[in-house]
Amino acid sequence: MNEEQRNYVLHTVEERGVRLVRLWFTDVLGNLKSFAISPVELENALEDGMTFDGSSIDGFSRVQESDVLAIPDANTFEVLPWGDTKTPEARVFCDIHNLDGTPFEGDPRQVLKRNLAAARALGLTFFVAPDMEYFYFAPPQRGQAPEPLDEAGFFDLTTSDISGSMRKQTIRTLEAMGIPVEYSFHEDAPSQHEIDLRHNDGLSMADSIMTFRLVVKEVAASQGVHASFMPKPLEGVQGSGMHVHLSLFSGEENAFYSPDDAYNLSPIAKQFMAGLLRHAAEITAVTNQTVNSYKRLVPGFEAPVHISWARNNRSGLIRVPIPKKGNPMATRIEYRSPDPACNPYLAFSVILAAGMRGIRDSYELPVEADANLFQLDDAQLAALGIDQIPASLGDALKVMETSELVKEALGDHIFEWFLRNKRNEWRSYKAHVSAFEHDRYLRSL
Amino acid sequence: MSESAELLAIFGDPPPTDLVRTLDLGGYKWKAVTGADDVTRHEPSGGWAGAVVACDADPETAWALCRTLRKREVPVTPLLVLLSGGQLADLSMRDDLFDDFCLTPFHPIELEARLRLMLRKNTGGAGAELRPDLVEYSGLALNVETYQAAIEGKPLDLTYMEYELLKFLAQNPGRVFTREVLLSRVWGYEYYGGARTVDVHIRRLRAKLGEEHQNLIQTVRSVGYRFGQTRWG
Repeated sequence: MNEEQRNYVLHTVEERGVRLVRLWFTDVLGNLKSFAISPVELENALEDGMTFDGSSIDGFSRVQESDVLAIPDANTFEVLPWGDTKTPEARVFCDIHNLDGTPFEGDPRQVLKRNLAAARALGLTFFVAPDMEYFYFAPPQRGQAPEPLDEAGFFDLTTSDISGSMRKQTIRTLEAMGIPVEYSFHEDAPSQHEIDLRHNDGLSMADSIMTFRLVVKEVAASQGVHASFMPKPLEGVQGSGMHVHLSLFSGEENAFYSPDDAYNLSPIAKQFMAGLLRHAAEITAVTNQTVNSYKRLVPGFEAPVHISWARNNRSGLIRVPIPKKGNPMATRIEYRSPDPACNPYLAFSVILAAGMRGIRDSYELPVEADANLFQLDDAQLAALGIDQIPASLGDALKVMETSELVKEALGDHIFEWFLRNKRNEWRSYKAHVSAFEHDRYLRSL
Repeated sequence: MSESAELLAIFGDPPPTDLVRTLDLGGYKWKAVTGADDVTRHEPSGGWAGAVVACDADPETAWALCRTLRKREVPVTPLLVLLSGGQLADLSMRDDLFDDFCLTPFHPIELEARLRLMLRKNTGGAGAELRPDLVEYSGLALNVETYQAAIEGKPLDLTYMEYELLKFLAQNPGRVFTREVLLSRVWGYEYYGGARTVDVHIRRLRAKLGEEHQNLIQTVRSVGYRFGQTRWG
């Protein structure tokens, strides 16, 4: 680490009177993990890292050697803009290493770094801008249906004011943490909100999403409200997605842009899209990792179901948005299946790996599917060569476990742990008897 | 280091205009002195940071002043003399009166480089330069010593690279920098985000400066970025 960077962090801690420094990292499922150290330990932590027992973290555990090293990424050090201003706290993202200093293969942040480095070796930088959707609910009670704020009963007359002001406060906090917001609005479903983040390089954006989810939840909790990134919390209304706008840059040039194409898409953009489409089924378990994710991916709620692309057809998996004023820098593709409950480090890793495979092997982009695919029957879809994305977590895992691409992108450790963990989740779900079944079968059968 | 400790005494009656311009552009603070009395009268509480004595117009008075500056209880050091090619012989037997010299007419870049080196050597620190520790501009205050920035007295929470970028821009107000220059001067190495990283950081800085102050960093279309206004408004 560079000396100036270290001095900056240490001086800031001293000058601002920071009392606690939170070391952040992410487990395999995408949960933010944190442990706090006092400022006196920080200098040592920046130099040598902090040892902790990895077996306490989901997906980190290995039987023999459980101790790992968290090394702060000083460039992500920031004073947190919430909490008591008299006793400020700061956070810094960490990379997890083995005790011998090698990157720990169970660390999602290191996995993403490895995938970004592979693209960088070809001179390409990966940029991402996600559209984050989520719901506000009354604090949930076990076994009860979620209660949206907009409905009478919870906050009476002032509900919309409260969710509006929470969204504003959320945006202010995000901006204070250097996460610029492009748009924000109330979504279609009751109590659903969307905040679109401005593009950033893949690693910073994955860090930003971790921060984003915490900020949204913190702001809501301060008002006694529960914010949820569950992909489909309410039946019959839209779920929460995390569409990701993607581009590759080669220096200052947008590698996705070409002035010679009708859609201004370069050959690289088309190959990248082709890679994403061909490997979409394999990566879906990672971009949509819960049982509930697949209840969002159904027809009728603006979520993709078919593996297809189009310029302006929101039923496809990839959309090619029309940039404002034809700006070459804004040429991008939108991958629409991921949901905000994913692990952003791993989701970005497999998305990038799929796209890069298309570039490496010069995949051919299938023809655009500009019809409304929801109106076609299976035979018509088959005639067009259009597959569907996996219909359940079980299906998605079955495709994933055969994927060399996903295995390579995630590394053996995470690949195997993830499959094991998610197969368990799927088994528990399959054994569960739901209210749907009682209602439908108990009396009639 | 207090602000007053950075003041340079310059001699020449009147001070040569090319010297004044070079010092101004280089961001050096200076005070013109016409003789030994002036040096004492205007001496800042922390002492002079150094002196530049132009010998070409009135060599006798100039060398006398050099001698006085060196013989004081606290000698003024470092000291640079400006002289013409024909005066080079004057340098012999006067080693104790100056630390460096520069021939007139001087090239501004040469003079600036000599000043920089001389002042750095004098303070002994590797990176110690005659740079103000406190940059203030239209509500923004940036303390280089403590690495802290504040807007209207309220601390800004910046990441390291955001701080470095803001510092570089604020130390060069009014100047337009391309993305490549910012990348090489601020990041200083091949950063993986490439030139686009600059845009991202500018955006983040503006977000943190807030609506009222985000115009401190201006986009100069198809060129790059500028902090604050140009000298000509």
